[in-house]
Amino acid sequence: MAESIKDKIAIIGMGCTKFGELWDKSAEDLIVDAFKECIDDAGIEKKDIEAAWLGSCIENINVGRAATSLARTLKLPFIPVTRVENFCATATEAWRAASYAVAAGVYDIALALGVEKLKDTGYAGLPESANTSVEGIKARFISPNRTNPGAFAMMATSYFAKYGLSPEEGKRTLAKISAKSHHNGTLNPKAHLRREVTVEQIMKAPIVAWPLGLYDCCGVSDGAAAAIVTRADMAKNFRPDPVYVKALQIALSSGEELMYTNWDYSYVETTCRAGMKAYQEAGIKNPRDEISMMETHDCFSITELTEYEDLQISPRGRAKEDIDAGFFNLDGKIPDQPDGGLKCFGHPIGASGLRMVYEMYKQLQGKAGPRQIKNPKFGLTHNMGGVPPLNIVSVGIVGL
Amino acid sequence: MVGIISYGAHIPWLRISRKTISSAMGWFSPSALPGEKAVANYDEDSITMAVAAGVDCLNSFAREKIDGLCFATTTSPYTERQGAGIVATALDFRPDIRIADFTDSTKAGTTALLFACDAVKAGSAKNILVCASDRRVGKAGSNQEQIYGDSGAALLIGNNQVIATIEGFYSVSYDFMDRWRAEGDAFEDSAEDRFIRDEGYVKFVPEAISGLLNKYKLGIKDFAKIIYPCPYAREHAAIGKKLGAEPNQIQDNMIASVGDTGTAYSLMMLVAALEEAKPGDKILVASYGNGSDALFLQVTDEIERVRSRKVGIKSNLALKQELSSYEKYLSFRNLITIEEGIRAVEFARVATPIPMAWRERRDILALYGSRCKRCGTPQYPPQRVCVNPSCGAIDEMEPYRFSDKTGHLIAYTGDNLSSTISPPQIYAMVDFDGGGRYWFDFADCELDSVKVGMTVKLGLRKKYIDKARGIHGYFWKAIPLLRKEV
Repeated sequence: MAESIKDKIAIIGMGCTKFGELWDKSAEDLIVDAFKECIDDAGIEKKDIEAAWLGSCIENINVGRAATSLARTLKLPFIPVTRVENFCATATEAWRAASYAVAAGVYDIALALGVEKLKDTGYAGLPESANTSVEGIKARFISPNRTNPGAFAMMATSYFAKYGLSPEEGKRTLAKISAKSHHNGTLNPKAHLRREVTVEQIMKAPIVAWPLGLYDCCGVSDGAAAAIVTRADMAKNFRPDPVYVKALQIALSSGEELMYTNWDYSYVETTCRAGMKAYQEAGIKNPRDEISMMETHDCFSITELTEYEDLQISPRGRAKEDIDAGFFNLDGKIPDQPDGGLKCFGHPIGASGLRMVYEMYKQLQGKAGPRQIKNPKFGLTHNMGGVPPLNIVSVGIVGL
Repeated sequence: MVGIISYGAHIPWLRISRKTISSAMGWFSPSALPGEKAVANYDEDSITMAVAAGVDCLNSFAREKIDGLCFATTTSPYTERQGAGIVATALDFRPDIRIADFTDSTKAGTTALLFACDAVKAGSAKNILVCASDRRVGKAGSNQEQIYGDSGAALLIGNNQVIATIEGFYSVSYDFMDRWRAEGDAFEDSAEDRFIRDEGYVKFVPEAISGLLNKYKLGIKDFAKIIYPCPYAREHAAIGKKLGAEPNQIQDNMIASVGDTGTAYSLMMLVAALEEAKPGDKILVASYGNGSDALFLQVTDEIERVRSRKVGIKSNLALKQELSSYEKYLSFRNLITIEEGIRAVEFARVATPIPMAWRERRDILALYGSRCKRCGTPQYPPQRVCVNPSCGAIDEMEPYRFSDKTGHLIAYTGDNLSSTISPPQIYAMVDFDGGGRYWFDFADCELDSVKVGMTVKLGLRKKYIDKARGIHGYFWKAIPLLRKEV
């Protein structure tokens, strides 16, 4: 009989670099920076680590395809190191692998580290999707000439049409999401974008992919984040305030969204599925009442909006009411993106999942400074990689 | 009796007013030509226009009954790689048919037509599709830029349910140096305009037509319509007068609406004439280019059967969008170098996997998906495991063609980040009537006109050019269905 991961694993140390357009840092620099903070925080030494998982997504402009880049950079002494990749859920995948290995009783202490050096592409946005499509190389022949902003913008046109929002109403609703994250970003010294932006500025910004404008899109950043996981029963030997893993779920599109006609492009099927499984694993009956805070995958404002509904926080079709009421603001009932989110903390793909956990971890330990949320109990992290019709979603829940 | 079974045409959505051209280039070369010309969109070329005309012509005609394809053009994207091969694959013809490119002269359209007739007459084939299209580019400020338009025409030749029998022909061929492109030339060179007019059009066209009349003991007054090319308005009228034709017998030469469309030109005018023809009408068609082919047809009672099912010329002429920017026109034809951005450079570096293009040619060029024999779900691209979550059958699929289906869109965007010469790149998720879904780029529309729920059809367009290797990638795009063609 399969068991859940709940309360089997504890995080005892974390590190996260500043995210941004770090022209003067290599991927190797970012690995070392995140690692140093992480083992200092855990109070362990490198020799204590028995196995490691490296997450990095876009290999050709990052550390390359080999896991040796982590071993070589950190001089890990002949231990097993594996590189994992699962689009934007890459770092969560590294965290999941490390957690499962420890839960299996094979290791006591494992490292998960995610890194991405996007700004070495030499141009704006993510690398050209002809090279990196979730549809594979055949996309060259048959997939539209699309970008990620465009694939997500389609969700906005569908959502607006389904719920009768005029373009003005729809864009205003989305703008409030980005304005909130921009505010949170100003409170975070490690965030990529640290500037207040008004709803009006957001609505008037140049259109990237209709109806999404510049401020509806997250930062394209460099960065790294890392975690040390251990057995829950050992955790207090390292620190008094370890953070426990309550759920870790991943769901992938079956091809049904892209090729069958049930799904209507106004929500994300995998987020619904992974969310349900994660709540079940964590024993959460009513997410709107029980979740204290979230870091959800806000690659675009519309993605965050649909997550409110797909993760059962807002009723279907009624996220706008919660957004208007400030429900997800830092002082709201369930703050989303307290650290600024992908929107403002930035989005180095292979690091983002662990960056989200980093914020939840610091909040649970009461170390989030001016962003501190009062007495959080459960923090939820969520990644979505790929595009709405074909993607990978991870949901993690951590708590004390 | 051998003749035309069906006809079709494609006129690009975009038209440029000759005033737009002369207001940009008039400082250099004033022009007197009136009206507008049809301009292939940035993603259209001779191949795509031939396919569009072919689709219009074939309509519901069973593709497996086609046993020949003649493709006439002077502007194939390749000098080696048969254009007819791309067209035949896109139109989903069987591989065991005869295909050929007819090229190097604007007369090639009628020449292809006559070869198709001969093959059917000889019993070598039953049904041959003739597609003619051209997208000729003139230098900025040239006569060619003013005169040449882009379009495609298609005629299905056979001997069953013929709408117009092909009764006879007369051809003259000369090595006449009016226009030429030598190996490696990007643009055509030409002789003096007056020489082309007086020694070319004014002599060859009457010679071929008179030869035809003599050969078949006919008088010019026997014809309901007389079709011949000549882009010069005064000489066009003078040729008719010299032949003894009344003005109402002479088919409009389309210069003011479409332009001289090369190999497609005479066939375009023929399609326009067939749209108006009555049973019993005799139609005379002549072409021009290194001589002239003249042929004549007799319209039958079957004409009414096909008429209402076509986009043809009239609907195509009515559906248009003015291209008001001359600079955009130049960009589409790659006549000015614009900064496409680093993303475009990166995109162009992705190599075309040729074995995949070959192996999956039916999915790509003919838009074949699969349909589950167990649950009936159509799916694209073709799957081995059924995508219907309540089915999931493995290897119970049959081929299913999507290219002739309509659908409606469920989500869309206009993307300014995509690398395209015509931003924004519009694309959408399309649910097909009859089942199946996929996402497609859009062609021939403005972002403001796109709405969730709108109905679309599909058309073959150029998807990309692999510049490093000179490969043209074609795929199907969604086109708003605004016409009465449903």
